[in-house]
Order: sequence, then structure tokens, then C-alpha cells
Amino acid sequence: MATEHNHHDQVGHVVPVPLLGGVIAALMILTWLTVFVTKFDLGSLNIFIALGIAVIKGALVVLFFMHLRWDAPINGIVLISSLLLVFLFIGFALMDSAAYAPDQIPGYAPRINP
Amino acid sequence: MTDSHGSEGHPAHLQHHFDNSRQQFSASKLGMWLFLATEILLFAGLFVAYAVYRSNHPEIFIYAHYFLDTKLGGINTMVLLLSSFTMAWGVRAAQLGQRKLLVALLSLTLLGGFGFLGIKYVEYEAKWKHGLLWGTNYNPESHDDHTGADEHAEEVEEAPTAPETGAPDRLNLEPTVVPPSATGPAGTVPPGEGLPHGQGAEPDNVHIFFGIYFLMTGLHGIHVLVGMSLIFWILLKSIGGAYGPKYFTPVDLVGLYWHLVDLIWIFLFPLLYLIH
Amino acid sequence: MSTAATTPDSNYLNVTKGALSWLLTLDHKRIGILYLVSILSSFFLGGMMAMLIRTELLTPGDTIMTADQYNQVFTLHGAIMIFLFIIPGIPAALGNFVLPLMLGAKDVAFPRLNLMSWWLWITGAFIAVASILINAVDTGWTFYTPYSTTTGTSVTLIVTGVFILGFSSILTGLNFIVTIHKLRPKGMTWFKMPLLLWGLYSTAIIQVLATPVLGITLLLLAMERVMGIGIFDAALGGDPVLFQHFFWFYSHPAVYIMILPAMGVISELISVFSRKHIFGYKFIAFSSIAIAVFSFLVWGHHMFTSGQSELVNMIFSALTFSVSIPSAIKVFNWLATMYKGRIQLDTPMLYALSFLFLFTIGGLTGLFLATLATDIHLHDTYFIVAHFHYVMFGGTVIAFLGGLHYWWPKMTGKMYNEKLGRIASVILFVGFNVTFFTQFVMGSRGMPRRYFHYQEQFTSLNQLSSVGSYIMAVAFFMIAGYLLHSLAKGRKAPANPWGANSLEWHTPSPPPFDNFDREMRGVDPYDYTGWKYDESIEGYVPVGGGDGTRDSRAV
Repeated sequence: MATEHNHHDQVGHVVPVPLLGGVIAALMILTWLTVFVTKFDLGSLNIFIALGIAVIKGALVVLFFMHLRWDAPINGIVLISSLLLVFLFIGFALMDSAAYAPDQIPGYAPRINP
Repeated sequence: MTDSHGSEGHPAHLQHHFDNSRQQFSASKLGMWLFLATEILLFAGLFVAYAVYRSNHPEIFIYAHYFLDTKLGGINTMVLLLSSFTMAWGVRAAQLGQRKLLVALLSLTLLGGFGFLGIKYVEYEAKWKHGLLWGTNYNPESHDDHTGADEHAEEVEEAPTAPETGAPDRLNLEPTVVPPSATGPAGTVPPGEGLPHGQGAEPDNVHIFFGIYFLMTGLHGIHVLVGMSLIFWILLKSIGGAYGPKYFTPVDLVGLYWHLVDLIWIFLFPLLYLIH
Repeated sequence: MSTAATTPDSNYLNVTKGALSWLLTLDHKRIGILYLVSILSSFFLGGMMAMLIRTELLTPGDTIMTADQYNQVFTLHGAIMIFLFIIPGIPAALGNFVLPLMLGAKDVAFPRLNLMSWWLWITGAFIAVASILINAVDTGWTFYTPYSTTTGTSVTLIVTGVFILGFSSILTGLNFIVTIHKLRPKGMTWFKMPLLLWGLYSTAIIQVLATPVLGITLLLLAMERVMGIGIFDAALGGDPVLFQHFFWFYSHPAVYIMILPAMGVISELISVFSRKHIFGYKFIAFSSIAIAVFSFLVWGHHMFTSGQSELVNMIFSALTFSVSIPSAIKVFNWLATMYKGRIQLDTPMLYALSFLFLFTIGGLTGLFLATLATDIHLHDTYFIVAHFHYVMFGGTVIAFLGGLHYWWPKMTGKMYNEKLGRIASVILFVGFNVTFFTQFVMGSRGMPRRYFHYQEQFTSLNQLSSVGSYIMAVAFFMIAGYLLHSLAKGRKAPANPWGANSLEWHTPSPPPFDNFDREMRGVDPYDYTGWKYDESIEGYVPVGGGDGTRDSRAV
């Protein structure tokens, strides 16, 4: 019914319920998974796995719940540019503090209260 | 402005400076996405603070995150995800003109918001009781004053409390991130004097973690509140049948806002609760 | 309001009457005027502070105020000029008025957000000014920690005000981006837009993407003061340098919020008053976007001496040099536009020429400061003060004045006294250089900025600089005088006094409520062949007859 007059007054894309259901199911499973992998010590990989799962979950929300998959490209460009700036900000701040933070010097550690 | 231009076959919702509904809708959408970009960058500052302190002081984050309750955090994540799902479905209902379904779904979404804030309240209260706060308010010793009957079941009992009680076993499983104690510039320990890591000793400046925790979750909580007020507003209007296939922009935009709140939580949860 | 009478004399100024019809207007033109009045009031306030600073510096030590008062006055001069005047200056005042007209549109995309933006500005400005009355801030406009978290002055209050002003700025930028994307008329492709719109578009990108970071910075600062959160407090394990990263992540792009629309204005003026098509349209357009992108990559050059790491210093230094490329592209294209043009030295063009001269000096001295080794010597001296005044004042304010004179007939329907206008612009140019060139000399000899007291050897230079500022004050009073006079007694402005071809000149001065009485189509804004000068109305009319505001033949 929505697809019939998609060209004139109909605005926006109607997402089928099964698709929404599939997305929420995937989100739930991923949430369980991200808690589950925390139980294993994988060294510095842990944070990357956690963030990777978060990125997948975020992408699901953005693409389907927020309709970006069907939306005008400019809206996606807006989102991506804001994310690029976030990375830029974090990147430079980390680069700077890593270069002056004492405990980044190999073998050095911050003092610990007895 | 909107209503007086209903002549010439213009729908009532079409403002006079737009040519047609499509143009108006896509303009509103772009405006909303730009607004969401500003929200992301507002939170970016906190993520930067988080990244800088976590990379410089991983020991603080590893030590302090045991005070957070992963189970409650996980449940809250699910609650928020579910409310996002009902919201997305609600947008569909509005697009198809299913008024009753829309009202039901918006009410469920609102309920999800209340559930999230309720659980958050329980968590905050536990922190407050134990003095696990920011800056100079960080005073975990006050924990001892409360070791009585008034402790909640949800409280963070597995958390390390004080050195003399001994550390929970889990703290000994942290060999990968914390660098070994050694000599170094000011603020680090001279050789031989430092305590070996992994004995549950409390690092300096643990309050930094709680400062960041409260800032991030607090700002997010404010956004949840704002989102709930918006949902309440469109819920009232949808009861009156304001939205249908021709005009559902407010539902769509509020939905986008709510999903963004969800999106930010998706990142906050692993960063704050699931540190390893 | 919407059922505007369409009698020939009806325009946006007289279509409705009463204070509320202005304060609650959704008309972009009236909101532009509201902004104009507001920012000019702030400019007056900030200018008074500047006069106090320069008078105080006539002699070393105590001249007319104490050291503490001096700290407050220079802080307020900076905060008012930046947050209340320059940032909203061109976009919110001139841009609001001109942008929809240039697009042949009836309004901006979100008129209610536009009104809200002005009210937020008023609220923010009120709070900021209230903080002056209660206990004026003495931290400098940069609010650096740890001083800003420990001083007893009302930092929290002014920070709240600036936070709200940031919101106002975001709404303006958001509105402009959507308007340019969605409301361009038929036939106006991206590359047929007047270059001012490219300037405003790139500005809006920065407003939307950078201002929220200022918001969170100020929020954290307020939290630090109110709750002692400890993020920026070294005593609590926090990092004060991180505050500077936060602050400059916004505040450097903010510098481009100030200059980009100014460059847009200059692109219009140079072409119109050279009676020649703009040279290198696409280069100027893309260099605006390039500057917007670069603006996010150079914030660290404010922190070369703040304890930022050497590695990051070097990266930021290199990136800073690259900003000069798009800026130079613009300057060269403007010069090429003027080359062999029929240059008319009307008041707006005099400002445009001042801009070229002053902005080039400002930009080139920026290269000295981007050089790490030189910056160690020049940092926090009057050289910096002179540099950013050459860019901010010699660039943005001069372009703002040029734009104000250029669109004044369109806004008010009245012509100002052209002779006085030219004289004032020359006086301003002279006064500016006397004031600020002197400061380059002082700074390179080691006079530190923000100092109340100075060594005897700098006395004569300081006095010269102060004299220059008084000359500028004279010029500003002249400008205010003849502009106000024109409102009452000015000659009625023709629809197109300058012979420009962008769409705002295709409608009467002042424009009717609905902006145009017909559907507009995009035109080449820099093609002046369709207009000829008509002595009888002292303005331009289409070659084919008529006054260019009714028919669509000029399209």
C-alpha cells in the first residue's frame, strides 16, 4: 500500500515489521555476546572486540531503525562527517597525551597507594 | 503561519515557503540529522576525556569498573534497545495510519524510558551510598558506615572494598593491561618500592573514573529525559490522531532522537561496564 | 501576517506594526534586522572596553583603573567581541537577511528555529552581561584552567551565557545548511550560487560541527567549578592541557566562522564594483570548503607553548601552513577579478580593498606564528594581538562594514551619504593601521599581551597605538551618524543601486514581505551585462527596460 504512491505525496520509507524484529533480535544476541566475551582474557583484544560489537550494533540501529539505508545520501554524509571529527578529536588528544604521559614510557607505572 | 496557508490545495501542515510535502519532509530530516551530528559531537568531548584517561591510567579503569554492576547495565541496555524497537515500529504505524497501534507502541517506548531511568536510579543510589563519587567527593571509606541491613540486593558486593579485606580473585586476573611497576618520572614509583599489581591495591585517583562515569551517564540520562518528554508530547498528539501517511514528521524526528540516545548507550555500556 | 497586503508600497518593514510583530516575527528579514541591532549594540559595548584598555595603556601602571579591573576589562572586551559580535556578526545579521533573498526563496527552511536562535542569543547575551555586573570575569576570553576553576569571579555564569549563545549559533548554521540544500530555486545549481552562499555554507558546517564541543567544554568547566569533578584539575590527577585541547577544538574553527562569511562578502563586492565576472569561481567556492575542513585540523597551534608534545606540535605546525593555500587562492582570484576591471570606488569597494590589504598582512603574519621556533619568541606578545586583530578586525569587521554598506539600501530602502561613507572608511583604515601595526613592532620587541604594567621603553609605541584607536573611534561615530541619518533623511534607494545581478537585487528595496512577486530562477550572479546605469534614479535598470523587480525577463 505504501509502495503504490511512493512517488508523489508519500514520504519516507516504511520498514516491514519482520525486518524490525530481526534487527532487535540481532541486537539482543550481540548484547549477550559482548557481555559473554568479557569473561575471557584476550589481552588488548578485549576492547577491540567490545567496540567492534558496539559498532555493529550501532550500524544496525542507524541503518534500519533510523532508516538511513533508504534515506537521502546527504543525511549519511552528515553522520559520517560527525564521526570523522570524533575520531580526529580522540586521535589527536591521544597522540598528544601518549607522548607526554609518564606511564606510557615502557616499564614505567603510576604510583599505587599501599 | 502553518494554518493560514491551507488554500490552493496545500495541505494544512505545509509551510508557505516550501513547494511540496516531500521538500518539507526532506528538509526536516536533514535538519534533524544535523542536530544529531551536534549531539554526537557534544558527547565526543566526554569520549575524548574517557580515551585519554583510560589510555594513560588503565589501572584506574580496571580497578574501578568492578564497582559497576554488569548485570544491571546489561539489563538496561536491553531495555533501551527494546524501546528503540517499539519506537521504530511506531514510526511504521504512523506512516500507515495505524492510530491505536501507534499509541500503544509509543506508550511502550515511554515505559522503556521509565524502566531505564529506574534501573539507573538504583545504580546511582548504590554509588552514592558507598561514596563512589567524583573528585573530592570520592570517599569509598563511607562504605563501612553502611555495612548494615540497608544494603540493596543489587549492590556491588563483589567490588573490592578496602585493601585489608583482601581483593576478590578476579583482580588477580589482570596481567595484560597494567604495566609492571617500575621507576619513572614524577608520580611513579621508584624501583623496589612499588606494590606489585594485582593485589587489589587501590590506585591513585580512582575518582577520575567515577567523574567520567557520572558525566557520561548523567548527560546521557538527561537526554533520555528529554527524549521521554518528546515521546510524551507526540503520544498525546497521536491520541488525537494527528499523524497519518501524509504527515508523520514529528514521530519520525522524535524517533531519530530516541535512536541516537540508544546509540550512545550502545557505546557507553561496553566502555564503562565491560572493561577488561 | 501571512495575508500581506500587496500594494506597491507594502514592504517587510511596514507590512505589520508594533513591537510584538518584530519580537515574534518569523520573517528572516526582520530577524536579520533584530540580529543587526543586537550585535551592533554588543559591538558598541566591546568597543567601549577597547577604548578603556587603550586609555589605560597610555602610561605604564595605573592610569585610569587598577590591575584587577584591567584584567576584567580585557576579558570582557574579548568575550563580548567574539561571542556576541563577530561570531554571529555576518551570518546571523547580514546572512539571515540576504541568504533567502539570494536563493530567491521566501524564507529560511525553519523560520521558528530562526526566531528561537535570536531569542537564545538575547538570553545568552543577557546572562553574559549580567555576569559583568555581578562580578566580572578576569580569566581572558579563553577561560583557561586552572585559573578559571579557582578565580572568585563569576565564571560559571558567563560560561552558562556562552553555552546558550553556542546553541543560538548552531541553530543559525543548521538552518542555513538545510536552506541551501533544499530551497535553491530552479536553475540555481551549486555552482551558480553567489559566493557569499558558499561562504555561509562552509561557515554553517563549522557552526554545526564545532560548537557542540564548546558546549561540552564549558559544561565540564562549570562542573569542575560547581562539583569539583577533577577532570582538568592537576591536583586531582586531571589534565589542564586537555582543557586547552577541548577549548581550541571549537575555538580555532570558530576563527573561521568569523572569516569565511567575510570572504564571501568580499567575493561579492570585488566582482560587483569591478564590473567584471568573478575570476575562478570554482576555486573560490572550493577553497571555502577547504578552509572549513582545514579549520578542524590546526587547533593545536594555539598550544605550542602549553606543554603540548613535540610530535603533535610538529604536525599542527605543518597543517597550519597548509591553511594559507586556500586563503591565498582566494586572494589571487580576487586580484585577478579586479585586473582590467572597471573599478568603482564606492564605499563598499573601499572596504573590500581595505580587507585585501589588511587580511593579507594578517594572514602572512600567521605564518610566522605557525613556525614553531618563531612562535616561542612571539607567543603571548603583542605580535599575537596584532595578528588576530588584523584578521578579525581588518578582515571580518571591515568586510562586515563593507557588506553593511552594500546591503544597507536593500535593508532599509535608504541611501546613506556616499561622500561621508568614503571619508569614514579611509579614516578607519588609517586608524586601524596606526593602532595595530604599532603592536606588531611592540610584540616583536617583547611586550607581552594582557599586561597591565609595561616597561618605559614601550611607552611611546603604546601611546601611538592608543591614538590610532581614538582615530578609529572617530570613524565609527561618523559611520553611526550618517547611517542613522540616512534612516530619517536618506534618499530613497533604487532596487539595484550597484548594478549587481544576484537575486536580492531583482526585488524592490526594501523587499516585500514575500521577498519576490514571482517565481525566481537561478541566474549567473556575476553577469552584469543585463544592467545599465540610469541617471534619473541613480541606480541600475535592466537593459530591456523596467526596473528589474517585476518581470522575469532579466532571468
